[in-house]
Amino acid sequence: MNRRYRIRKDDSCISCLRCARECSFGAIEINNGNTLSFKHDKCVDCQRCVSFCPTGAIYITEDENRFRTNSVFSDNDIKEILLQAETGGVLLSSMGAAGSNVPIYFDKLLLNASQVTNPSIDPLREPMETAVFLGQRPEGIERDKDGSLIDNLPPHLELKTPIMFSAMSYGAISLNVHKALAMAAETLGTYWNTGEGGLHGSLYPYKKNTIVQVASGRFGVHETYLNTASAIEIKIGQGAKPGIGGHLTGKKIIGDVSKTRMVPEGLDAISPAPHHDIYSIEDLAQLVMSIKEATDYKKPVIVKVAAVHNIAPIASGIARSGADIISIDGYRGGTGAAPKRIRDNVGIPIEFALAAVDQRLREERIRDRVSIIASGGIRNSADAIKAIAIGADAVSIGTAALCALGCHICASCHTGKCAWGLATQDPELTKRLDPEKGAEKLVNLVNAWTREMKEIMGGMGINSIEALRGNRSALRGVDLNVKELEILGIKYAGE
Amino acid sequence: MRTFDIRKDSWDTIRKHENENITITGCLGERYIGCGMKDGTIHIEGTPGNALAAYLDGGTIYVDGNAQDATADTMNAGLVAIKGSAGDALAYGMRGGKVYVLGDAGYRAGVHMKAYEENKSILVIGGRTGSFLGEYLAGGIIVVLGLGDEDEDITGYFCGNGMYAGTIYLRTNKTPLNLSDKLVKREVTEEEKNRVLHPIISDFASVFSLSLEHCLSSSFIAIEADKSKTYSQLYAAV
Repeated sequence: MNRRYRIRKDDSCISCLRCARECSFGAIEINNGNTLSFKHDKCVDCQRCVSFCPTGAIYITEDENRFRTNSVFSDNDIKEILLQAETGGVLLSSMGAAGSNVPIYFDKLLLNASQVTNPSIDPLREPMETAVFLGQRPEGIERDKDGSLIDNLPPHLELKTPIMFSAMSYGAISLNVHKALAMAAETLGTYWNTGEGGLHGSLYPYKKNTIVQVASGRFGVHETYLNTASAIEIKIGQGAKPGIGGHLTGKKIIGDVSKTRMVPEGLDAISPAPHHDIYSIEDLAQLVMSIKEATDYKKPVIVKVAAVHNIAPIASGIARSGADIISIDGYRGGTGAAPKRIRDNVGIPIEFALAAVDQRLREERIRDRVSIIASGGIRNSADAIKAIAIGADAVSIGTAALCALGCHICASCHTGKCAWGLATQDPELTKRLDPEKGAEKLVNLVNAWTREMKEIMGGMGINSIEALRGNRSALRGVDLNVKELEILGIKYAGE
Repeated sequence: MRTFDIRKDSWDTIRKHENENITITGCLGERYIGCGMKDGTIHIEGTPGNALAAYLDGGTIYVDGNAQDATADTMNAGLVAIKGSAGDALAYGMRGGKVYVLGDAGYRAGVHMKAYEENKSILVIGGRTGSFLGEYLAGGIIVVLGLGDEDEDITGYFCGNGMYAGTIYLRTNKTPLNLSDKLVKREVTEEEKNRVLHPIISDFASVFSLSLEHCLSSSFIAIEADKSKTYSQLYAAV
């Protein structure tokens, strides 16, 4: 009924049965100890078996049996109706928005380069600054009576590259993934984010590169947790599911996850949709300040929100709440579990949200009160640099980081059966990721992106990433209408 | 024991002595008192402001008056005892320790409290509470005694909505208003009263010098999540 993929093998199969051992979804089974049987309806196309087949004998394809073509109701629509008619359930999925007609605006933006009138810079020959500082800027220079500068710099984060790792909770992903992210962040001189599930005690040594999250469920939040971080993020919302709370399937709440979150094993854990101590900007300001009180005003506080319709005034309110950094997660942001309808239909693309927020904060002359982190579907260094040119101080990557660790975006995180050992707590599966090797891959990825960003910047004749921030003259649009150009604050190609 | 006047002594000075045994007088809405405190005892005279004892990690805070909103927010350990009433969002996301309120509590008390092994959040309210008591409860124990209001509804609407673990004990025979069909109500047996409630309420009574017999008199009901109606049933995985 719900079959989407078909598993086949050709005669180069040597019956090593590796595919069956790798499959965690029960789609490939061993019969009588030596032959394979395929349960097509259980396959999620995670490509684990394909990757591990020594002879390349196995193929996963879209099932060619289709429902009758209809110009209104697609195959998927009908399958979902059938599933809901069967179960009465809210459709649950994971990862970022999929299968909709919302354009990826990054693809419609083109970058500038120097020609003749100003020289481009060769990053192999000349220094190229990619470090950024996130936090409030002092309002002015203060001097003591001898004329010496007074250090009035509020607490900030220093990143060697403007790429950080997005919040992904312990519970949604495994401890090994957290460890890989933490180790990579340390090597790269950037930050990883615990997400809302608390911080496992074994990762306390990575404090200098850790951002801890305080979400509505307050899982794992205590004084030591707040102080075992370089910054604290209050999560109001996330791009994959704006307006609703977290949901961790009971299958993932075992052992240390249960202990770190302080919730019973095996029961689905819910984060309330709002923080029930935040019903207004004033309440948010109160939580920001209580966190600052508890951490002695030594750490910047980030407020993370999903990109929604009135994001500009929301960001303005956050900037005035005392928060140091605003993190905006766009429509395409990923998740470990979200109702599919919410994931695919709520929120706005990060490109527009970022442009609107940057513009509004500049108009209100409070842009320097906060830094902005953009996330939600950043796929490569070009997306990152375009986000910075629109107005972000830095970007954060979640899905891309998971891909570096093996994820093939099969969007089955909510099942807890991740065959790549990432979005699971099954000890047999989590050991598939070696944290050291994972960290190495993450470091490679971010280093490669950083190098590419340097080349792009050099081509534009810019030698510091801070000079690119909000520099929308570096962007031109194609295939965009006048309104889109207006909101993005950019010109059309050729103008 | 040192005494500080919050209107005269600077907050920075007071904070340096937070982990001792001190009295703070003249409180009139000052926020964040005892925020993240790890040990020591603070006696508060007057009315402390919002976020009193937020992230409290140990020690004791006595309030000789009322407390305002977001008291004991995300508290981890220790004791907060309030001789008057508490405002809204009391003990939100509490993870351990004890919060005792002799008077009433406002809306959203004890939302998403938790418990794990030796960490057990306990919230006892001597009077009545507003709506949304113990919503999303993930563990721990909430007790509402309704002292002096024996004939009234002692909780508001939506008591325990969305809770998935933990127990709410109410000293009443009345079923809470519009109780969700995903919750179950049961009478508390004498055995359970002695085993679970007696130690909690005798501590509460001794803090406020109340008669334990009176607090334990009359019957209790308990509200818990209906284990046959879990969240996972709401969803169909695609």
